[in-house]
Parts: sequence; C-alpha cells; structure tokens
Amino acid sequence: MHCPKCHGLMRTYNRSGVHIEQCDNCRGIFLDYGELEALGQMEARHHAAPPPPGWGAPAASVHHHHHGHHAPHHGGVFHMLFST
Amino acid sequence: METETAPPELFARLAEIGRDSSRTAARASDAPLEPETLYDRHGVLVVRVGDTVVKAHQPGRDYGERFLARIKVAASLPDLLLGPLGAPTDVDGRTVTVSVYGEPVDPHKELPWADAGRLLAALHSTPVPADTPSWGRPARVATQVARLGEGLAEDEVRRAFATLPAWVRGEAAVSARPERAECLIHGDWHLGQMVRARDGRWRLIDIEDLGKGDPAWDLARPAALYLSGVLHPDDWERFLGAYVEAGGAAVPDGGDPWATLDLPARSLAIQIAATCVISAKEGERPLDGPEQAMVDACGRISTAGDAARLA
Repeated sequence: MHCPKCHGLMRTYNRSGVHIEQCDNCRGIFLDYGELEALGQMEARHHAAPPPPGWGAPAASVHHHHHGHHAPHHGGVFHMLFST
Repeated sequence: METETAPPELFARLAEIGRDSSRTAARASDAPLEPETLYDRHGVLVVRVGDTVVKAHQPGRDYGERFLARIKVAASLPDLLLGPLGAPTDVDGRTVTVSVYGEPVDPHKELPWADAGRLLAALHSTPVPADTPSWGRPARVATQVARLGEGLAEDEVRRAFATLPAWVRGEAAVSARPERAECLIHGDWHLGQMVRARDGRWRLIDIEDLGKGDPAWDLARPAALYLSGVLHPDDWERFLGAYVEAGGAAVPDGGDPWATLDLPARSLAIQIAATCVISAKEGERPLDGPEQAMVDACGRISTAGDAARLA
C-alpha cells in the first residue's frame, strides 16, 4: 500500500491489537474503519484503571469464585449480585 | 424462583389482580396466564400473570407522597425505568402495585455488565425531573448491622462499620455528608434491578429508592464485590469501562474512580457481609467462600481505618 499523501511505502504495525499503517517516508499514519474508536476505548480503559484502595483484596489472593463467564451464579454470590 | 413465607391468600389476591389486568390490557405476547411467583422474600411477594407483574411491597416503608412522586418520575422516563402503571392500591393492608413484565437477567448466562454500566450512565445523565424526592442516605448498612447477633464474624463486621462516617452510620444528620453533584439515581442497584422490556432494551425496576442523590452509590455493590475479591476484575472492568465510556457522572472525568467510589464500596461491603452473616446464622450453616471473603474485606476495612477522612 502506498501513502495517499506522499506515495511512500506504508508498513503495517500492530499496536496492542490495533493495525496501523505508517508511511516510511512522511511517517503519516492510516487507520482502518473502527481503529480510531478501538484506540479511544483502549485509552479510556487505561484511564479507568488507577489502583484500587488499600483495603481491596490483594491481587495474588483474590478469591475468584467465578468459573468462567457462563457458569451459573449460585449460593452466596447469587444473592450478593441479585438481591438487596 | 425465590420462595419463603407469603400467605397463600395474598398470592391468590395478587394473581387475581394480575389476571384482571392481563385481560383488560391488549396482550403483547401469548405468555401463559398461569400465575407464577417471581419473588417471595423479605416480606415482598411478586407474582407474574402473563405480561403483568403484581407486587406486594415490603411492609413498614413509606408509600405516601414520596412513593407517588417516584412513580410519576419513573412514568416520565419510560426508556430508562419500568415502574408501576399507576398509584398503589391497598390489598388486605398491603401496598400493591401493578407493572408490565420484563425479562430478568439470567444468572446462568453471561451477565450483562456492560449493559448495566450504560443503563446507569444514562440514568445519571438524565436531567433530574422536578419533584424528584431526595434519595437521602444509604440506610440499609446500619439496619443490617443492627440485626447482627453475637460472634466473631459479627464483631468483625461491627468493627468495620464503626470506621464509617457518622452520617452513613445514621448517627449524624444527612446534611453532614459532603457536597457532591447530585443526579437521578436508582438508590438500590444490583443485577436483579434490571429487566429486558418488550423492545429488547434494558430498564431499571423497583423504584422505591429512586431519588436525587450521589450517583456513586449506584455503583457501590459491584465496586464492593470487586474489592472483596468476589467479582472478577474482568467483570468490574466491563461494567466501569462501559459506564465511563457512556459519560457516567459517578466518577471524575479522566480521574481516579476510587476518589468517589471508595466510601460507597466500603459501606456496601459491610452491608453485604452483615447480610451474609445473618443469613448463615439463620440457616445454621457456615459461611460459604464468597461470604467469608466479604467478612475478610471487613477486616481489611478496619485495618485501613479512618474512612471518615474519605467522606
């Protein structure tokens, strides 16, 4: 693919799952449909992840009472998620 | 289905009301008219008949002017809320309302965390209708802690509760709470408060706590479960990510969400822990893993200490 601006050769890079084409000559960047939104979402996620407060369960010992997203939620967890 | 202790006469009365409403309403589906109990706990009975849901509300709460105002607010926002179809009626001394049936969240399928985040963000972005009652304060945590009996887990929960600011504990006027921008909030949000309406889109139900308040409290339950290690971080990320992306007002724009969520999350962790300990004692059974995780979180809250400065 050639750069629409200077007709230099464009190379494809993968940045965290988003494909971007960059021109070797003018360094211009070409994004496919939806890729700008994908970058925006990654940025939003980045900003949404400051460290939790100190009383949060330590990452290493988190009780993942959660066996995949399609597992039934039952017992204590069901009531915690679904009732007042 | 949740079953407990509702008298059969009340079930029969609600079923009758439901059948009458289903008959008079233009039926939108061929849902069977066989009455079905959707919920029967904590003094609340909810019966479905076809497209109609009839609810006998919890006794002892205020169903006066403020409840009527909430019903009106819900009716004015049909894209967000599925509230009662009219004013409540008295059925054998119980407050009863009728609403349209919506499909609840299926706990056996992938949970709609992103939809939940977007729905709450939309609610919080809505201009607060005139005459919306004030939400007040998170009263349930003090109520549940007051019900605790004796025991080590009970003491652990009480110690954590003592670190909460006085206005949350109910020992200072609500006016003592910090100034926060207020919006329309659900007031008691969890996944059981979301249903899919006929158009396939999600709505919030149970408007008894709907009011003008700090939106961070609507995110308190998932935040508490995440910080207690019960809610998977991926689920929390999907919920908060969708909420933030939809412009939700509960967390600072581009800032640290925990600046506003920490106190609500602590309060709900303590409330949920108290509920778990009471439920286990009533059932004469030990705490299960997630329930113990909530009590452990209370221990860490006590260690972290002075939540008052966060208030």
